[in-house]
Amino acid sequence: MSVTAVHSLWTTTAAPGSPGVPAIDRIPAPTIEYAQLAPVLIVVGAAVLGILVEAFVPRKGRYHAQLFLSVVALAAAFAAVVALAAGGYGTTKKHIAAMGAIAMDGPTLFLQGTILLASIVAVFTFAERRLDPEAHGNRVDSFVAQAAAVPGGEGEKAAVKAGLTTTEVFPLALFAVAGMLVFPAANDLLTLFIALEVLSLPLYLLCALARRKRLMSQEAAVKYFLLGAFSSAFLLFGIALLYGYAGSVSYARIAEVIGGSVQSVDPALADTMGNDALLLIGAALILMGLLFKVGAVPFHMWTPDVYQGAPTPVTGFMAAATKVAAFGALLRLLYVVLPGLRWDWRPVMWAVVIVTMLGGAIVAITQTDIKRLLAYSSIAHAGFILAGVIAATPDGVSSVLFYLAAYSFVTIGAFAVVTLVRDAGGEATHLSKWAGLGRRSPLVAAVFAVFLLAFAGIPLTSGFSGKFAVFKAAADGGAGVLVVVGVIASAIAAFFYIRVIVLMFFSEPKPEGPTVAVPSALTTAAIGVGVVVTLVLGVAPQYFLELAGQAGGFVR
Amino acid sequence: MENLIAPLIAAPLLGAAVLLCGGRRLDRAGHWIGTVLAGASFVIGVLLFADLLGRGAEDRTLHQHLFSWIPVGSFRADIAFQLDQLSMTFVLLITGVGTLIHIYSIGYMEHDERRRRFFGYLNLFLAAMLLLVLADNYLLLYMGWEGVGLASYLLIGFWQHKPSAATAAKKAFLVNRVGDLGLSIAIMLMFTTFGTFAFGPVLGAAGDASEGKLTAIGLMLLLAACGKSAQVPLQSWLGDAMEGPTPVSALIHAATMVTAGVYLITRSGAIFNGAPDAQLVVVVVGAVTLLFGAIVGCAKDDIKKALAGSTMSQIGYMILAAGLGPIGYVFAIMHLVTHGFFKAGLFLGAGSVMHGMNDEVDMRKYGGLRKYMPVTFVTFGLGYLAIIGFPGLSGFFSKDKIIEAAFAKGGTEGWILGGVALLGAAITAFYMTRVMLMTFFGEERWRGRETASPAEPSAEPAAEERGRHAEPHPHESPKSMTIPMVVLAFGSVFAGGLFSFGDSFVRWLEPVTGYAHGHPPISAAAVTTATVVALVIGVAVAWLMYGRVPVPVTAPRGSLLTRAARRDLLQDDFNHVVLVRGGEHLTRSLVYVDHTLVDGVVNGTAASFGGLSGRLRKLQNGYARSYAVTMFGGTAVLIAATLLMRAV
Repeated sequence: MSVTAVHSLWTTTAAPGSPGVPAIDRIPAPTIEYAQLAPVLIVVGAAVLGILVEAFVPRKGRYHAQLFLSVVALAAAFAAVVALAAGGYGTTKKHIAAMGAIAMDGPTLFLQGTILLASIVAVFTFAERRLDPEAHGNRVDSFVAQAAAVPGGEGEKAAVKAGLTTTEVFPLALFAVAGMLVFPAANDLLTLFIALEVLSLPLYLLCALARRKRLMSQEAAVKYFLLGAFSSAFLLFGIALLYGYAGSVSYARIAEVIGGSVQSVDPALADTMGNDALLLIGAALILMGLLFKVGAVPFHMWTPDVYQGAPTPVTGFMAAATKVAAFGALLRLLYVVLPGLRWDWRPVMWAVVIVTMLGGAIVAITQTDIKRLLAYSSIAHAGFILAGVIAATPDGVSSVLFYLAAYSFVTIGAFAVVTLVRDAGGEATHLSKWAGLGRRSPLVAAVFAVFLLAFAGIPLTSGFSGKFAVFKAAADGGAGVLVVVGVIASAIAAFFYIRVIVLMFFSEPKPEGPTVAVPSALTTAAIGVGVVVTLVLGVAPQYFLELAGQAGGFVR
Repeated sequence: MENLIAPLIAAPLLGAAVLLCGGRRLDRAGHWIGTVLAGASFVIGVLLFADLLGRGAEDRTLHQHLFSWIPVGSFRADIAFQLDQLSMTFVLLITGVGTLIHIYSIGYMEHDERRRRFFGYLNLFLAAMLLLVLADNYLLLYMGWEGVGLASYLLIGFWQHKPSAATAAKKAFLVNRVGDLGLSIAIMLMFTTFGTFAFGPVLGAAGDASEGKLTAIGLMLLLAACGKSAQVPLQSWLGDAMEGPTPVSALIHAATMVTAGVYLITRSGAIFNGAPDAQLVVVVVGAVTLLFGAIVGCAKDDIKKALAGSTMSQIGYMILAAGLGPIGYVFAIMHLVTHGFFKAGLFLGAGSVMHGMNDEVDMRKYGGLRKYMPVTFVTFGLGYLAIIGFPGLSGFFSKDKIIEAAFAKGGTEGWILGGVALLGAAITAFYMTRVMLMTFFGEERWRGRETASPAEPSAEPAAEERGRHAEPHPHESPKSMTIPMVVLAFGSVFAGGLFSFGDSFVRWLEPVTGYAHGHPPISAAAVTTATVVALVIGVAVAWLMYGRVPVPVTAPRGSLLTRAARRDLLQDDFNHVVLVRGGEHLTRSLVYVDHTLVDGVVNGTAASFGGLSGRLRKLQNGYARSYAVTMFGGTAVLIAATLLMRAV
């Protein structure tokens, strides 16, 4: 009997075994659709190659090799996503692949594409080496010379002098991307959990790798790790409870059990199966794990500390790509696994959405650090996106997909601009130092203003199109109250975004103010892509809205 | 043939683009490029006209659809043109007079450094005006409407170094905004009423709409027409617009743009026909302006401002005719065309006089010029005879018909309107004779005087170089200026007769505007006789006042009415007291409310959120342990709430 239990862990398609056949024969050879997993496989392969590069390529060549490898791998993976989408895997040929572990459908491909594009842009900012002044004749990026050296100690000085750089960030980022690609595609709870860990662990490390303010960076990483582990534990516990409830970790199977359409009961689980307490508690715990990742109140408290402490390129990467992946997983969970529980989770989620939107927007008002400000802004935005998520309509899905795509590029661009404004201590993130920036560097200030206006959701920016789509979906889904609260929260949020613009353009510059570093083509490209996407999605969103609309159908 | 409609607009548009973007290297050829493209447009217009003439009367409407501009749901804005008899008439007037004025400007603007730019603006104006009359829907018409407004603004302020010109341009722009607001509201009303902007469907369905809606649309259209055509109460900008170069005054502020209001009302005839109340307002506006402009024209000593008053008054006639409905539309347009000829000719003549008189504009410093500029004298004189309605000349035919139609309105209204129109004819004869006598007859009052005294800045900067203190040496203008004047004089003389011969103009326009023959309570011959009598009285009075006795060089104080008329019948004072002061008071009180009430609420809200933010912020204390507790608590609440929901 234990064989059956194991068996049902891995497949839902096989019929219960018939007597007389040896148990060993009933485990089918797994069939894996490698071509459809190509995006993930390419990224993982490149990450592994990246580790080999670290081991075998001479130190001088590593940076270029890693950068090349990462960009090519991400671009190739994106090409694979496009090819799959063109092959109809997002629409007509959507199905469940890899023995039930991966869902191949529109949301998967759309989110994977978004993640990959955002990651390419983020890798550009990772690779920026023009901003920090040269250390002993070596160009350096935002990352520590040697991660293992004690901050401020002799080892660190020696490493700086030797011109070391942490090129490991590239393979780490690729591993994280691989996890993010699987996260929204995961079609059973175990895959979900593994993807979560694959994406989280490299991020914990990346957070600790800031070149300047290392203690703060390490503190952020430890906090992120501790709280992440804490939430993972909840998630895992939730998985266990759901398994107890449904006798399977497969999304489809759980949904069937919730829907009451399953006749066969696994005798080993006869005591617990169908117990609603298990279901509700388990679902709540899994939701909590995902809400932690998207940074929803009250699971948001890591966000400001980690966003502030992490190296700014990593912050941008996390704020964009991680959020996309986490929302993807959340969407699938709520739409595929728990639609039968809609009347249970919706009121609770309503409350979460409201406190998230208002909490993020209100606390942001009194922030004095630009990175913390953006962190709270990301919390408020998580609330806006959640409003679309719980609309529980096809429009809700597509509006969330669109919002995520729009939001991720604005976010990376905004954090990339933050890396440019510097003083002797590195990035000048205190808001008072941004006073009068518009007089000193009108272009940079104008670009940042565009991003802020997009965050605020001013028309002709992608923020407006996205917010409009999400709120419309929420209103159509019967959540008018959420829309009203959302608009109020937007108005509050507009206050602090516009305050920064006022600060930049209408305040006198301080004599000891920061300088704006001239970036290389890499960061310029990242910011440029951000501006272009912001304006294109703001002025002519129709095509992309339709694309997101086509990608809105989940496979079940 | 319909494919030729777009090139009609494209030619001057291309000219504007080339001239305005081309930069200095086009300085030497710029005026030729502008003139040739205007001429090209005229040639295309003539080809289209020939084609239309070759078709049957019912078959003379051509359409050209370029592309759909903004298709959103049921909202459809097309870039599409409609050429019918009405727009054809305008096309010929615009391109014909436009080309002549381009030629004239070659000579007139010869000494101006920015001549290329001037021709660029003129081309831009032609393109916009053609777009206005060729559009097949109100939205595109609006685009042309705004385009001519822009060109007018740029050209009035062409000598922007003069504060008076810059102010005049601004004033024209602002006053026109009021009218444009009317047009935009009218278009919105049309969309809500008919669901479309296109002429065909809107005008076709106008009969089915309620009278209230039609009245609202009509009044808004009238507001637009008042702004563009300088009708009371939005007339105040036209006099100041004379700050622009004289060819501009001739083309834009006499012959074409200011008549756009008449076009708008005539084009929207179907709407006005269903809204008698709006029509009544139209005729009242026309009648009031007719007298208003004429009275202002009597008192002005500045030759261009006197002509501007006259323009206002003549357009008043057209608006009056257009307000009369089918009995008047045709004559409104007919008067518009003949007026285009003679008023453009008069302005060009005035420009020629100024050209020969060191840019002096004060008629009291003219006198006896007929000997020195014979061509100008003859062409101006023919224009003069045409405008006062001398029997046999253009103005006679068109104005007489309007007066007749006014009487034909019937009842007391008809008598009042007819009487006003007759009175206007007498005043017209008076002030035009006054202009004629003061300029070309009498003593040579310019002898031994410096012109354009510094207190009164000269109209044209070139004058400063030519020496403003010298005694003027009146001389005939170059050929490039006199030839257009001669051509326009031919139009002034013969156009009216040609149009009236066998009612050719009525038959030409009837399919578009509709025509009903009006029956005045007195016979047509009596009306004509009365018109001629009014004319003779006006001329005689003017001769008694300005021909028989010498004209004083310094203006006498004059009666109360004269003084008011010199100040444009106090229109600016009225605007200042009512609109500017009123506006200031309104703004101040609004600012007060804003500061105390609105800001109080806003700042209070902001402060309360700020306080809340400061308190909530304390939760974020930096300790991972308290974060974990929050998460744990949050999860507990989440679970409890979920279970509770199920239990409930």
